[in-house]
Amino acid sequence: MTAPSPAAASPPAPRTRPFYWSVRRELWEHRSLYVAPLAAAGVVLFGFLISAMNLAHFRHAILALTPEKRAEMASIPYHIAAMAILATGLIVGVLYCLGALHNERRDRTVLFWKSLPVSDLMTVLSKASIPLVVLPAIVFVIVLALQLVMLAVNAVVLLSAGLGAPTAQLLLPRMTVLLVYGLVAMALWYAPIWAWLLLVSAWARRTPFLWAFLPPLALIVLERIAFNTGQFGALLAYRLAGFGQAVGATRRGAEMAGLPQPDPVRFLSNPDLWTGLGVAAAFLAAAVWVRRYREPI
Amino acid sequence: MACIETRGLRKTYGATVALDGIDLRVEEGRILGLIGPNGAGKSTALNAILGLTPYQGELKVLGRDPWTQRDQLMRDVCFIADVAVLPRWMRVSQALDYVAGVHPRFDRAKAEAFLAKTDIKRTSTVRQLSKGMVTQLHLALVMAIDARLLVLDEPTLGLDLLYRKQFYDTLLNDYFDGARTIVVTTHQVEEVQHILTDLMFINHGRIVLSCSMEDFETRYLELMARPEHVAAARALKPIHERQVFGRSLMLFDSVDRERLAPLGDVRTASIADLFVAVMGGQTQQTGQTHQTDQTLGASA
Repeated sequence: MTAPSPAAASPPAPRTRPFYWSVRRELWEHRSLYVAPLAAAGVVLFGFLISAMNLAHFRHAILALTPEKRAEMASIPYHIAAMAILATGLIVGVLYCLGALHNERRDRTVLFWKSLPVSDLMTVLSKASIPLVVLPAIVFVIVLALQLVMLAVNAVVLLSAGLGAPTAQLLLPRMTVLLVYGLVAMALWYAPIWAWLLLVSAWARRTPFLWAFLPPLALIVLERIAFNTGQFGALLAYRLAGFGQAVGATRRGAEMAGLPQPDPVRFLSNPDLWTGLGVAAAFLAAAVWVRRYREPI
Repeated sequence: MACIETRGLRKTYGATVALDGIDLRVEEGRILGLIGPNGAGKSTALNAILGLTPYQGELKVLGRDPWTQRDQLMRDVCFIADVAVLPRWMRVSQALDYVAGVHPRFDRAKAEAFLAKTDIKRTSTVRQLSKGMVTQLHLALVMAIDARLLVLDEPTLGLDLLYRKQFYDTLLNDYFDGARTIVVTTHQVEEVQHILTDLMFINHGRIVLSCSMEDFETRYLELMARPEHVAAARALKPIHERQVFGRSLMLFDSVDRERLAPLGDVRTASIADLFVAVMGGQTQQTGQTHQTDQTLGASA
């Protein structure tokens, strides 16, 4: 052990990247963020392999289809794959957010995190970046990789069965663009939900899960009984289910093989998007404030 | 310059008063022992100093307000808040990476050198380490940070004697350089007695006693009075008296050694003896005697 160097001789402070390392430590702690989507990808791939092995049995039926119909049929597993991983990502994200600022108080590790020069703002932002940036990126990479593997399997099976080259690759670039757009739009649209979950996580002394879901339900019931109106419920339903409507997902029939049409201009000019982002910012600011005051449980 | 300065520091939780007007001044380069029974307000005082809790009154740490300027302050202040607050999932290598990544004053080579002297493997998670090793790891991280104030809240709780001794020896030999300030709270007062430069007793949110260890050693003497001199000794007004093996042990405050020497065997009092003498009377009023006796029982 060397003697402590005198202050005068100390080298210039090394550059630190607290945000980067804060995000990395979230990934160290919550490996389910990428393990669960990977596991989902494994399940999808397994199912796809079984179905591909059976493909040859339906040779005649497939050859009887029109090329358009064939392309549409062929693209279905790719949509299912994307949806399965997206759904897994959403579930993992909800569980992550509810624990993010709660578990550190319950296991008292918050005392360790707070002993380091990382501000509450930095901590909350790094945790918010998980559902807003990191998780969509993970979902994108895994979906893309999975679809490429599926395409390769598809090509091998189709060619060996004498059914010609696969047609799904024609749709893949479009699906990828749509996936990126959908992931970005979803992150923005659902930002207030993620921020609410983080706020509850920072605030609740116990059972953040109940605190996240019961008060909104109670508010709906209260409004219905007191005023016989359902405005809050409608608002929530719009936020949760109105995503497709907001991003401009208008189906244009079979010509696009069932792919919705992205409409970023309409989405970005939707005032509800910006209201939501404002609410998200307010929730996050509250979470920063609460983390500062809350003591270990 | 004072490292910590408070005036009328108060903190209440509802009707409970945790800190009831603390005035204290800790100069830089001191090692202060903050001693008190459970629930005396030690941790609350430390939390206020570390900017973990809002408070009333004046408080400056290294010239900064810890509540409003916490982010800047934490570059100069380190703390081990408790044993076992290191995240159990974290690998030793990850702990080094993370602290190096966020703390501008962390000297990774120093932490590695310290860890090399232990049995801690880089690939182990905190979960796999023994309690003593977790404390060694935490100490390695903290000692590699060039901080001006180190706060230790019960750093050796639950450790065996060997680890406790090693902890304080390392702290004193490898870390303390006379310029840093250390504040430590502990129940194992015997073990810190020789490292402290200042002593403070706290109870019911108030400072009950505050003195430097130099003063302590000249002021507080313990006399094992010979039976024939007990009455004479009592006449000198001991602040505390107890019976050990049928002999009277008396604690004196500011009585000359020369006056006590003819009455029996005189020695410097231990912090534990003084603690019992000062707190014993106080805590009896609130019915906490049992707790105090228990916490000090091991060391007294």
